Amino acid sequence: MKKSNTSTSISLWRRFTNRLMTILIVLAIILAITPLIFILVEVLIQGGSVISLAFLTHLPEPPNVAGAGIAPALVGSFTMVGLAALFSIPIGVGAGIFFSEWSSSKLASLSGFMNDVLTGFPSMVIGLFVFIIIVLTTKEQSAFAGGVALSFIMIPIIARTTSESLKLVPTTLREASMALGIPRWKTIFRVVIGTGKTGLLTGIVLAVARATGETAPLLLTAATNTHYITSLFAQPTASLTVLIYNYGTSSFASWQAQAWGAALVLIVIMLALNLFVKFIMGRSLTEARME
Amino acid sequence: MSDQDLSSAAKIETKGLKARFGKLEVLKGINLRFPENSVTAIMGPSGCGKTTFIRCLNRIHELTPGAKVEGEVILDGINIYSPNVDPVAIRRRIGMVFQKPNPFPTMSIYDNAVAGLKLNGIRNRKKLEELAERSLRMAFLWDEVKDDLKKPGTALSGGQQQRLCIARALAVEPEVILMDEPCSALDPVATAKVEESIVALKENFTIIIVTHNMQQAARISDFTAFMYLGQLIEFGKTSEVFENPKNELTEKYITGKFG
Repeated sequence: MKKSNTSTSISLWRRFTNRLMTILIVLAIILAITPLIFILVEVLIQGGSVISLAFLTHLPEPPNVAGAGIAPALVGSFTMVGLAALFSIPIGVGAGIFFSEWSSSKLASLSGFMNDVLTGFPSMVIGLFVFIIIVLTTKEQSAFAGGVALSFIMIPIIARTTSESLKLVPTTLREASMALGIPRWKTIFRVVIGTGKTGLLTGIVLAVARATGETAPLLLTAATNTHYITSLFAQPTASLTVLIYNYGTSSFASWQAQAWGAALVLIVIMLALNLFVKFIMGRSLTEARME
Repeated sequence: MSDQDLSSAAKIETKGLKARFGKLEVLKGINLRFPENSVTAIMGPSGCGKTTFIRCLNRIHELTPGAKVEGEVILDGINIYSPNVDPVAIRRRIGMVFQKPNPFPTMSIYDNAVAGLKLNGIRNRKKLEELAERSLRMAFLWDEVKDDLKKPGTALSGGQQQRLCIARALAVEPEVILMDEPCSALDPVATAKVEESIVALKENFTIIIVTHNMQQAARISDFTAFMYLGQLIEFGKTSEVFENPKNELTEKYITGKFG
């Protein structure tokens, strides 16, 4: 006999399966987040004891000397990421505009593909490449070389996020603008980018966060320094990530402790950048909700 | 094939207008003359090419990749497709209102209304405010929004958004206004308001409206063109086309034998 379809209660089997699946999914989430939580907790514990205003403002010292700080590395990281942003924002946004607004051209699809390949490129190879073209030719390691290496990492990310954000802008808005007799370049810059600016900004901030955390591209190009730099082009420059690498792999306990401190600083910066992204996205959603 | 009313001057006309998407020919040679300061409805079943046709009139069709246009579109005696004519300048003389209202989402009602002016370099605050008020009045929207001009353009209802788009098109002071099924996304009340504004506008503008709605064509248009499969089947005074169609296909469409 056929089972009756008029029953309104959910069968036992279905309730059990539902429960099982829910538990498995929650387990998967916990499994995914746990390593992150372990890292955060470990960094907090190990690095927390080293953090102080002195730590953030003093120059580095030899191992076991008191009053050491990571200030040049902090400044160096900001400088090189800043330089990288200066190069990569115009180039990346420009490329993104090209991929989106001229998407039917063969050049756009070819260069778009190459852009995506570059996004996943090994950062050590990028560092080596910049080492060869800039450091070997100028015979100097420099903040400039470090900034260029970081920009090679940032450009593909910004180009892709820009193009995706602009592609989300409905064609009908472009047509509305063109139909008003607004020239194409103004349509792109005022209407299309104006509408997609949240996505653009998000992509840029995410690229900045990524660059801040990179080590390999800076190892050969900017190396390290125990002092603030006076030249962007002729002096090796310290950075948080390379400092963590150098101190962390050294055999001195005091330096290793400082490495943890620098790691904590780095993670706080990353957290701040990601929170900023959420803030930007939240604001745009609020504006959208006003409709 | 076409029955032309030659008693009023043609503001805009097409000669042998052909259009294609890649290899597909969508318009097969249209000859049509639109009298000045009148409303002409373009009707026909889906796929007959009516939207493509009006998009050729303001050179929007060519913006689609792979789209090609042949033939002439003559505005006040000048072929807008001749190589020394700037399409951007043409689009300021021939405005367009789209099927789905598309106000700029990041701009206020006021900024939307004057977008065509502001983005073309007009900065004079007083002039912008005057033109904004004038075009919003002509679109029968002023009274509803005059106290809320700073609100985002998308905060309006569908019908209001469409009237905002009409105001936006009017602010540029075009001579011809193209409308692609402007009421198809609107409820009957909003439709009535938009139709009211269209009838009022024809005193100063030449209006060409694509519509699927035969009753709408009968209500607001002076002339009607019937298209089928990329060709112009019939053109004439609306009353004559509806009551006394000269072509069998026209008659079949009007009586609902196909659509």
